[in-house]
Amino acid sequence: MSPAALAPAAPRAGRPFLRPSALPGFRLTFGITVTYLTLVVLLPLAVLLLRASAIGPAGLWALVTDSRNLAALKTSFGLSLAAAAIDAVAGLLIAWVLTRYRFPGRRLIDALVDLPFALPTAVAGIALAALYAPNGWLGAPLAELGIKVAYTPLGILVALVFVGLPFCVRTVQPLVAEIDKSSEEAAAILGASRFRALVTVILPPLVPAMLTGFALAFARAVGEYGSVIFVAGNLPYVSEIAPLLIVIKLEEFNYTGATAIAAVMLLMSFSALLAINLIQDYSRRRFGHV
Amino acid sequence: MSEGLASPRSIAALTEPRPVRIALTVAAVAFLALFLLLPLAVVFTEALSKGLGSFLDTFAEPDAQAAIRLTLLVAVIAVPLNVAFGLAASWAIAKFDFRGRNLLITLIDLPFSVSPVVAGLIYVLIFGAQGLLGPFLQRHGIEIIFAVPGIVLATVFVTFPFVARELIPLMQDQGTTDEEAALTLGASPWRVFRTVTLPNIRWALLYGVLLCNARAMGEFGAVSVVSGRIRGLTNTMPLHVEILYNEYNYVAAFGIASLLALLALVTLAGKTFLEWRHADSLAGRGGH
Repeated sequence: MSPAALAPAAPRAGRPFLRPSALPGFRLTFGITVTYLTLVVLLPLAVLLLRASAIGPAGLWALVTDSRNLAALKTSFGLSLAAAAIDAVAGLLIAWVLTRYRFPGRRLIDALVDLPFALPTAVAGIALAALYAPNGWLGAPLAELGIKVAYTPLGILVALVFVGLPFCVRTVQPLVAEIDKSSEEAAAILGASRFRALVTVILPPLVPAMLTGFALAFARAVGEYGSVIFVAGNLPYVSEIAPLLIVIKLEEFNYTGATAIAAVMLLMSFSALLAINLIQDYSRRRFGHV
Repeated sequence: MSEGLASPRSIAALTEPRPVRIALTVAAVAFLALFLLLPLAVVFTEALSKGLGSFLDTFAEPDAQAAIRLTLLVAVIAVPLNVAFGLAASWAIAKFDFRGRNLLITLIDLPFSVSPVVAGLIYVLIFGAQGLLGPFLQRHGIEIIFAVPGIVLATVFVTFPFVARELIPLMQDQGTTDEEAALTLGASPWRVFRTVTLPNIRWALLYGVLLCNARAMGEFGAVSVVSGRIRGLTNTMPLHVEILYNEYNYVAAFGIASLLALLALVTLAGKTFLEWRHADSLAGRGGH
């Protein structure tokens, strides 16, 4: 780069805002990006946070700890944690089997993993409700065993496992494919049993990816609405999720109540986002990959 | 793996024993069949449970046709908006180095971590009757909430990151040398974009559009908050599924649902095809 091109930025201490480039269009595209992002995402979210802060900390606390709200938040967070944990374990198993083993139909099954990303949540919701209803394909045999899934918290769990699964498979899968074969071979040559090699050599580098998948599945599950409401039964204090409560408050024109719950949920999903970034940071330093 | 060269003992130690392999495969496939395949199968079975005739009758209903038309209209507005944004954002972020670039990428991904219901709520807080701009809109007779503009806005929000997040990592990998060469050879900026950049990113762009469109047509939570569910007017296909289901009209509900499931399958097929044939023209897969 010519010294002349660098000259205008030189007087400022530290890094200039924009590193000089020969390409055109930065101001236009940057302007469009920031304007559109601000109008569609940032301003509306700011309005929500402003409204929440207008309620005041004491008012917010009172609304959040209202027994019905608290029950819904507990249901949402508890079941989302459980669903994300199930997904993390199942995701590792599925990623391992799809990457390491060869069997007929593997490609098709691999494509199917993304179904929850592509299938509209309302469709998943009524399908799960039909499947687990007392007269459904799975509901009927389970009912004979005395297990009720549809219209109970268990139904919510099934729906949340459904929506979170692809996150847990797709974050782990590329790492299973890239496992360094030589350390695996070294463990075998040094006499480690296959089980010991798995536990001490192969699986540890996968843990950060599992945690990332877990956090992504959790964040998705906490906010999930469409696939849950059909199969949940939506009984206050029992099987009512936080997003549904927002909808109910809105239908009662209780904007303040809706805002308070939404603010708590936003806080939780941003914490999950932060956790993901910290995990990836750690993983990059410790294992040299995300 | 160099199976031909290694001794049998070392091969055994490099993979799980055969019974374990079979057990793990069966467990994984069973889990996927139970949680993914069965719900999908139920949709089509229920839709056709009263025969092909009643299945087809579902789509003759004026309300169903209005829902399909509205869903298409919303996608036709929301997807191009987010494509234009995705192209602008990826050009600015991938081709230039500026302070706060990573923060911008994080902010673009933000809608993914916001509950769809909250996405709808924020627009109600702004444009709703008791919202920030509510009185102003009412005075001027502008309807946004419980009308099509609100549905479009909510859809744009939830599909916001899809195109940008496919393009940014790819364009970062591709660097700027191709474009610089074209500029040096005297091409105009627009021509550089059209003949150099666009061909390099077309498959990733198509991939992003595919995912963006699937979400735009299938969005339920955000749209349900802002729609008001007025039959024939503000009812999209997923909302119509809900109404029919709550009226115990299962054949019709699953009929519309099967159309949406078909869209999901086409999306998956297109996505798989792109990953298979054009893997090198897509950014590193993972996450989505």
